[in-house]
Amino acid sequence: MTDETGGGVAKKFLYVNRKAPYGTIYALESLEVVLIGAAFEQDVSVAFIGDGVYQLAKGQDTKGLAVKNFSPAFGALEDYDVNKLYVDRESLLARGLNEGDLLVPVKVVSASEMAEIMDGQDVILSF
Amino acid sequence: MLHTVNKSPFDHNTLETCLRFAKQGSAVLLIEDGVYAAARETAVAKQVQDALKSVSIYALKSDLEARGMQNRVMDGIQLVDYAGFVDLVVAHNTVQSWV
Repeated sequence: MTDETGGGVAKKFLYVNRKAPYGTIYALESLEVVLIGAAFEQDVSVAFIGDGVYQLAKGQDTKGLAVKNFSPAFGALEDYDVNKLYVDRESLLARGLNEGDLLVPVKVVSASEMAEIMDGQDVILSF
Repeated sequence: MLHTVNKSPFDHNTLETCLRFAKQGSAVLLIEDGVYAAARETAVAKQVQDALKSVSIYALKSDLEARGMQNRVMDGIQLVDYAGFVDLVVAHNTVQSWV
């Protein structure tokens, strides 16, 4: 499950996002922690479940709220070698969304596939 | 009576509870994460459509835009800006915030 990189140990980290953006601080905090994990060259995966899928919705424009629109940062995750983004299919469907409504390429998975992904991790952080 | 709902209908039962107690002819304003209830083709869309038969439902435009939901609003829900929010408060004797 772990392998050596640059003298340190890389563990498999999964960040589980279950909150919509903006209504609470969880989504933004999660993104910060994902970037920290990536900066330490860990093997990072990010899961979006429930209202967490809303974090990836296209067309976010926060000008009217005067808060930071952090959704473009998901597009930059690739630059940090974070490209394992998993989205729960059932959560998308319940919200009338499909893959084309999302900002970045993701892997849409079933609950059982997500369970396997979770099972294969060293560390799971939940937001 | 004006009701405000600020929680996602998928994460809380706030909207459901509000609608259970909202009298015919009252107004419901969706704000913050509450605006997700305004979207078409969701698991709660039917519940909202049924409610529209007896109450007026509004959604705050800035909160929809922040969440990328501005083009997904179902027919029958009226969009308001902050000034419209104030107008709704003024137009109703009581405001109940279902937080």
